[in-house]
Amino acid sequence: MNTTAQDISASPGQSAALRVSRNVADAYKPFPIWRLVAWLVLGWIVLEAVMLVGQNPNFGWATVGEYLFHQNILDGLKITLGLSVVSMALGILFGLVIALMRMSPDRLLSGFAAGFLWFFRAVPLLVQLIFWYNLSALFPEVKISIPFGPELGAWETNSLISPLTAAIIGLALHEAAYMAEIIRGGLLSVDRGQIEATQAFGMSRARALRRVILPQAMRFIVPPSGNQFISMVKATSLVSVIAMSDLLYSVQAIYNRTFEVIPLLLVAAAWYLFIVSLLNVGQEFLERHFGRSERGVVDDDALSEEAES
Amino acid sequence: MSSDEPIVSAVDVHKSFGNNKVLKGINMEVSTGEVVTVLGPSGSGKSTFLRCINQLEEIDSGAIFVDGEQMGFELRGDRLYHLPDSAVRRQRRKIGMVFQNFNLFPHMTALQNVVEAPIGIHGRDKTEAREEAMELLQRIGLAEKANSYPRQLSGGQQQRVAIARALAIKPRLLLFDEPTSALDPELVGEVLTTMRNLAEGGLTMLVVTHEISFAREAAHRVVFMDGGVVVEDGKPDEVLNNPQQARTRQFLNRFI
Repeated sequence: MNTTAQDISASPGQSAALRVSRNVADAYKPFPIWRLVAWLVLGWIVLEAVMLVGQNPNFGWATVGEYLFHQNILDGLKITLGLSVVSMALGILFGLVIALMRMSPDRLLSGFAAGFLWFFRAVPLLVQLIFWYNLSALFPEVKISIPFGPELGAWETNSLISPLTAAIIGLALHEAAYMAEIIRGGLLSVDRGQIEATQAFGMSRARALRRVILPQAMRFIVPPSGNQFISMVKATSLVSVIAMSDLLYSVQAIYNRTFEVIPLLLVAAAWYLFIVSLLNVGQEFLERHFGRSERGVVDDDALSEEAES
Repeated sequence: MSSDEPIVSAVDVHKSFGNNKVLKGINMEVSTGEVVTVLGPSGSGKSTFLRCINQLEEIDSGAIFVDGEQMGFELRGDRLYHLPDSAVRRQRRKIGMVFQNFNLFPHMTALQNVVEAPIGIHGRDKTEAREEAMELLQRIGLAEKANSYPRQLSGGQQQRVAIARALAIKPRLLLFDEPTSALDPELVGEVLTTMRNLAEGGLTMLVVTHEISFAREAAHRVVFMDGGVVVEDGKPDEVLNNPQQARTRQFLNRFI
């Protein structure tokens, strides 16, 4: 029997009286019974967990509410945010430089970058922070002088390396090592032909990087960088060991006095959750921005973005 | 049609990749306004030679001159010096290049692709450059695709935009590196038509291709390369209809 497009509405072999449509657009979907079961089970687990935690007096939710916007906590939050943003920004900047050096055909440059990566990825962040904090024990004085010439100035290391500078240096160098590899991975993902096209046009390397290579590499750089940023926010809690009063340190300072350990840790957790939620929104925005040619949507943003001279 | 002053002049050009000798002494001249097609089997070195002209590859020995300047080098007194990168870039800016894989910038629209070099590299006025870019897109019949991203265009359309992009810098010389090899057969025609129109417009073109029909109909001269040397060089009907060398005949037989 020869079924053509015209007679799919009739089932082959059936009489005209019993016409049943064979057009898939008319088909019924079976009720998703197993999906419903999964929803019910998951919903029950979540509800039970929330009740278990929410109704438990040991969690001290009243205390959590009391301290959530406490001045000391908010000050600590500022330190945590500031440290994360500054260290991440420096980490991305150094990371880009290290990544470019690592990809250089010059053996000395790429060797230096490899050594940097090897060292700063291997030494634990905590050790680095304590090391930078105690730099004055190793180098009591910092001098700047012209080689074999006069001295231009000298400072006591203790006056230069405050807990804040030690924290920023430690976090930024650690971050730079990881970001360098992420950025290098992104740059390597860009098609070789793109670089050749910029060369054939006589485009400078800096401009090629900024206008052509990085915008394409960003699609591969942003997701792992989001991971890194989140790790960084939480890694800043390590600076409490060098007496930086970040979020976790402020929380600890309070519960050492009041012994309300759990509620105060919940306060810290709530703020970390809040910061990371904001970062997720930022990451989504960036991914959409750099993926727009993929979706082929020409938005106003793209139209107004012209070549800059 | 073509004047006598050569715009490209290659003298005894050698190039190896490791132990693989790709170019073994190429001598070639292209006059201003001339359309030269380079034919040859894969591995004959024709693409490499094209890439040597705008210094995407460095040559090992010999010399290449474009528009009176030696590419990549400069004679000062009686010594030849390497040019710094900035001077190499300046030399490349006179030469347009169309790639086998188009190499359009995927994150820019067709229009942005075309204006990127004139505005960003040649420092042209933005409004003026955009108007000219629209004219170019009009000429290749893709004005309505100005705001499309490369991914939304067919291969043939992408290659035509790439040609417009190369034209936008007003090149003294246009290089084509197998411009139709990556295209589906039904899309080759539109690109060849665009190229034929350019050839009639008096542009100097050096075209590496497998399209014998383009060589026959649009080129002033056909150069046949094999094994890293120029085997035959002459007018299209001489080389294509009455080849003097056995290797050329062997190559052409495969297309009949």
